[in-house]
Amino acid sequence: MMQRTQLLLPLAMEATVLAQQQRGMATLKMISMRLKSVKNIQKITQSMKMVSAAKYARAERDLKAARPYGVGAQQFFEKTEIQADEKAEPKKLLIAVTSDRGLCGAVHTGVARLIRGELAQDEANTKVFCVGDKSRAILSRLYGKNILMVANEVGRLPPTFLDASKIANEVLQAGYDYTEGKIVYNRFKSVVSYQCSTLPIYSGATVEKSEKLAVYDSLDSDVVKSYLEFSLASLIFYTMKEGACSEQSSRMTAMDNASKNAGEMIDKLTLTFNRTRQAVITRELIEIISGAAALT
Amino acid sequence: MSFVKNARLLAARGSRLAQNRSYSDEMKLTFAAANKTFYDAAVVRQIDVPSFSGSFGILAKHVPTLAVLKPGVVQVVENDGKLIKFFVSSGSVTVNDDSSVQVLAEEAHNVEDIDVGEARQLLAKYQSQLSSAGDDKAKAQAAIAVEVAEALVKAAE
Repeated sequence: MMQRTQLLLPLAMEATVLAQQQRGMATLKMISMRLKSVKNIQKITQSMKMVSAAKYARAERDLKAARPYGVGAQQFFEKTEIQADEKAEPKKLLIAVTSDRGLCGAVHTGVARLIRGELAQDEANTKVFCVGDKSRAILSRLYGKNILMVANEVGRLPPTFLDASKIANEVLQAGYDYTEGKIVYNRFKSVVSYQCSTLPIYSGATVEKSEKLAVYDSLDSDVVKSYLEFSLASLIFYTMKEGACSEQSSRMTAMDNASKNAGEMIDKLTLTFNRTRQAVITRELIEIISGAAALT
Repeated sequence: MSFVKNARLLAARGSRLAQNRSYSDEMKLTFAAANKTFYDAAVVRQIDVPSFSGSFGILAKHVPTLAVLKPGVVQVVENDGKLIKFFVSSGSVTVNDDSSVQVLAEEAHNVEDIDVGEARQLLAKYQSQLSSAGDDKAKAQAAIAVEVAEALVKAAE
């Protein structure tokens, strides 16, 4: 090893000397290489923007259809004013609705940050169900023990009700009897804005303790159980739609910004490239002319 | 004890309802499925839904209830008396105390859009699946599929 470095050292020194001699030329080459790679990056971000714009248009259309559905699914919980039993030991479940794909601004980090805040308050009695790899990647470093389950392959295709019911099924079969829960997701507001929000979910036991439930006619625990299972799937479906739409719109903005920044970089690099080229030409001219002048 | 409490709750609610009857006379229906939204807080006259505890009709001021939808036909009578039928696969019905009704289905389609022939083929396919199903889980899944397909054929006819 030592021998080899000793061998390499004079070689390296020689190379630096060579580079210093040909500095103008080398930087010219380097600038043009850099310019090329930035141009390629711009092409990629531009086409990603186009793709996400098309996906966003579809996601927004889907979301428009799914919004009344989500609002309808929340109505029962709002009207019955269910509250978590404070006396019982709280066991919280957080469902993080993200996706597998990155390059979309702070969509996933926002969700993860909210969950991190919750976990910082009460780490022992909280579990997290991650929908999408991104939330797992962010949370697993600090709170790996709190992750109950991860669902991946989310985000490549628009979410369907089948995906949501699979997740709901896993939540119910995980054997974690939560007393209260929250779905953490990004609520889509407009193309340029989304908001990280939460939706409450309740277990059957909590709902049955609610006072206002007495107003509802002909209920048995079976009906309530099936009803809650279905409403969990509906809520997950709705939040996944919201999340997908926010993600696509945010990716569109992020990629637009990246293309703009790449454009700026290209302008600057072209300027430096031209300037350097001119400098090299001028220097060569001076060398020729002064060489010729020395001869006469 | 709880009966007395319930009765008192109901009585208190009744008197409150009587006061603001003016706007709870109409029934607001939200009928949405994962694939499409049919009504979004629209005022309708009557809704008939098939549920596991029996089919029932809902008019304005129906007693609040929850129910789980069974595969079948949901009928909506709009305010002008027009009757529209929808096929639903499964879902839930919520009737709230302010006369708002939420019918949420996993999938719903207008009955006119169903092809009888295709529906019969589906039924035959799932029936053969049911008879060839190996374990209990596959059998239960096939049984549910047959139930849905039967309702689909019945709705289409």
